[in-house]
Amino acid sequence: MANESKKTTSSEARKTDKGELLGYYRDMLLIRRFEERAGQLYGMGQIAGFCHLYIGQEAVVTGCKAAMKDGDQMITGYRDHGHMLALDMDPKGVMAELTGRATGYSKGKGGSMHMFSTEKKFYGGHGIVGAQVPIGAGLAFANQYLDNKAVSLAFFGDGASNQGQVYEAFNMAKLWDLPVIFVIENNQYAMGTSVQRASAETELFKRGISFEIEGRLVDGMDVLAVRDAAAEAIKHARSGKGPMILEMKTYRYRGHSMSDPAKYRSRDEVTKTRADHDPIDAVKTRLLKEGWADEDELKAIDKDIKAVVKESADFAIESPEPDPSELWTDVLIDVEA
Amino acid sequence: MAIDIQMPALSPTMEEGTLAKWMVKEGDSVQSGDILAEIETDKATMEVEAIDEGTIGKLLVAEGSEGVKVGVVIAQLLEDGDSADDLVAPTDVTNDDKGDDKPGSTGPDHPENDSAARDGSEAQAPVGKAVANDPDIPTNIKMVSTTVRDALRDAMAEEMRRDETVFVMGEEVAEYQGAYKVTRELLQEFGAKRVIDTPITEHGFAGIGVGAAFGGLRPIVEFMTWNFAMQAIDHVINSAAKTLYMSGGQMRCPIVFRGPNGAASRVGAQHSQDYSSWYAHVPGLKVVAPYDAADAKGLLKAAIRDPNPVVFLEHELIYGESFDVPDMDDFIIPIGKAKIRREGSDVTITAHSRMVQFALEAAEILAQDGIDAEVIDMRTLRPLDTDTVIESVKKTNRIVCAEEGWGQHGVGAEIAARVVAEAFDYLDAPPARVHQKDVPLPYAANLEALSLPGTEDVVKAAKAVCYKD
Repeated sequence: MANESKKTTSSEARKTDKGELLGYYRDMLLIRRFEERAGQLYGMGQIAGFCHLYIGQEAVVTGCKAAMKDGDQMITGYRDHGHMLALDMDPKGVMAELTGRATGYSKGKGGSMHMFSTEKKFYGGHGIVGAQVPIGAGLAFANQYLDNKAVSLAFFGDGASNQGQVYEAFNMAKLWDLPVIFVIENNQYAMGTSVQRASAETELFKRGISFEIEGRLVDGMDVLAVRDAAAEAIKHARSGKGPMILEMKTYRYRGHSMSDPAKYRSRDEVTKTRADHDPIDAVKTRLLKEGWADEDELKAIDKDIKAVVKESADFAIESPEPDPSELWTDVLIDVEA
Repeated sequence: MAIDIQMPALSPTMEEGTLAKWMVKEGDSVQSGDILAEIETDKATMEVEAIDEGTIGKLLVAEGSEGVKVGVVIAQLLEDGDSADDLVAPTDVTNDDKGDDKPGSTGPDHPENDSAARDGSEAQAPVGKAVANDPDIPTNIKMVSTTVRDALRDAMAEEMRRDETVFVMGEEVAEYQGAYKVTRELLQEFGAKRVIDTPITEHGFAGIGVGAAFGGLRPIVEFMTWNFAMQAIDHVINSAAKTLYMSGGQMRCPIVFRGPNGAASRVGAQHSQDYSSWYAHVPGLKVVAPYDAADAKGLLKAAIRDPNPVVFLEHELIYGESFDVPDMDDFIIPIGKAKIRREGSDVTITAHSRMVQFALEAAEILAQDGIDAEVIDMRTLRPLDTDTVIESVKKTNRIVCAEEGWGQHGVGAEIAARVVAEAFDYLDAPPARVHQKDVPLPYAANLEALSLPGTEDVVKAAKAVCYKD
């Protein structure tokens, strides 16, 4: 069957080299350290409202970014800090938005869930579960219409994968062969409800079968597996064959948001996943094993990144709040009479 | 006995049509289900099937006849034993009887239906005396009588010719030529890339439209009616209206959501809601609700060029009405300006969309009683042109706010509140509102008529604020 979904084989020996792997190590570590600091700032009252951390899922966005070309776009839901950092958006601007400052990407008017960078091709940052999926298909629609050869990657979680509009988007994306990749970040819990308790079909990569959309199950804790799966899917979409679904099996170490009761899963489960499947540890192990880096070099990288993150936090705290006049700006674009 | 075959109604609002073609001739024998004729309105073409079996006795209406009233006997069918010689031509050929209960008929007990809006496709709408000049329409320009439907179509076609990034998507907009024929022949001119039939998935295609706008295009998303857009309202509000603000001004969402809004005729509660106040409530949107064809065209062109998301509320019952439209290359009506359609000194009446028609009719009736009403067509509901209303009230000292939708938290409530806040000292009577009764719209003809506001309601309210009832 042409659209039969298959599991991509995970392997410790995927092709890579020193420069590439060190780059992933650095990128993933930046996300983790940034999120740890965001968690701290939240605890200090510098960040308020909703704040969804990406810790544990770093390999998904890092591997996907590695497979993207200039002009390709990303759009995601509310757990979006990692995506922005992966797209080289400035950590200072992201952190300043988290603290609600004028120097944030949205001038402090968006917050954690609503940031954008048209320059870096990041289209948000959407707070309504699943809404980014048809919007992502719409970006792909524009790419096809403009014939610019770009592919859009629409990220959503296992929770959103049960949303009706996701299937409306699947249908039209395949009907029109839109160049869009549906990346399901299956971190196994929609807030506190496990996939098993919410989904009749728990193998989410199969969700496209009735739309003739091919799906792949991917080890989302393995950055190289993600890279390869994303490369295949992007190539497929760019060649005019339409969308693909990638189910990234991953895990969120922290709570859903900052106010998570942590009663729906055991501490053991979290500890064990961290110990056995951590995406950053896996890269670190390979770097050491291949002799591409030693402990001291990796510590030096960690130190660099901590400095970058500290700088972003200081910037975010020291920046001024938006001017009161900003209350009234950006509601509508002025039209010349 | 011969059986009369009558001109059928293709839709609840149809009153007449063209008998385009006979598919049978006199003497043919037909079975039930056989195609007898093709009839057309400006909205659709449909085949007339035989209900009974027999032999075609007489064809009473010639092929190509236009303006054939619904209910007119167009042919007679002979049953076994009948002879063509026995046929007696029916007397009721012109169907002047407005009191029957055929679909689309305007019964005398439904006065609010007894307006030009219901009167076929080419009726000329009433025009109030001393219609104030529209500064956006140059004087000495040739005017062309155009239906609202064609004016909307022309606006889209002109903007699609002007800008390659403009496209239209929605249910039945392409091959079907539009559920209400508003996108007629766009597919033929612009092709399937730019005129796109969608599956019946409003939530999904509204989101795709928003994404396409984020991605650099200028989508026109047609909702077959705004009732169905409730499935998509999350994208209209959360995705389209709020993103400019949430992005600190970075993102652009130049999109038009358009389609017929409000009550049609006899289609029941789920297909008959006026969403004016729903969308007008939301910052980040522009909301337009035109009445006549010139405004429909000029405002839709402005909406398509606007860099912001625009909700464009049309009205099914005025699609078929003709009005003068200026014959000029780039006719744009700026969004956000009300229009004084009739100048008057005794009472201000505000209205939008189809209610403008009732307001103008009411003004004529009021004039007979010595009340000189000023009728303001709001045209745009967000931004709301309060200045024009306030200026008028300072002159008339009285206001009636009319709308088709429910009153609670309605457009009229907003206008009344602003008038009270900004022109309290000028008021000689509390503001009055005219609106739909506070119930879901009923199906039964008499209850529907009781529920919807019309000319008489406006007259009554105007007299009340003038203390003349």
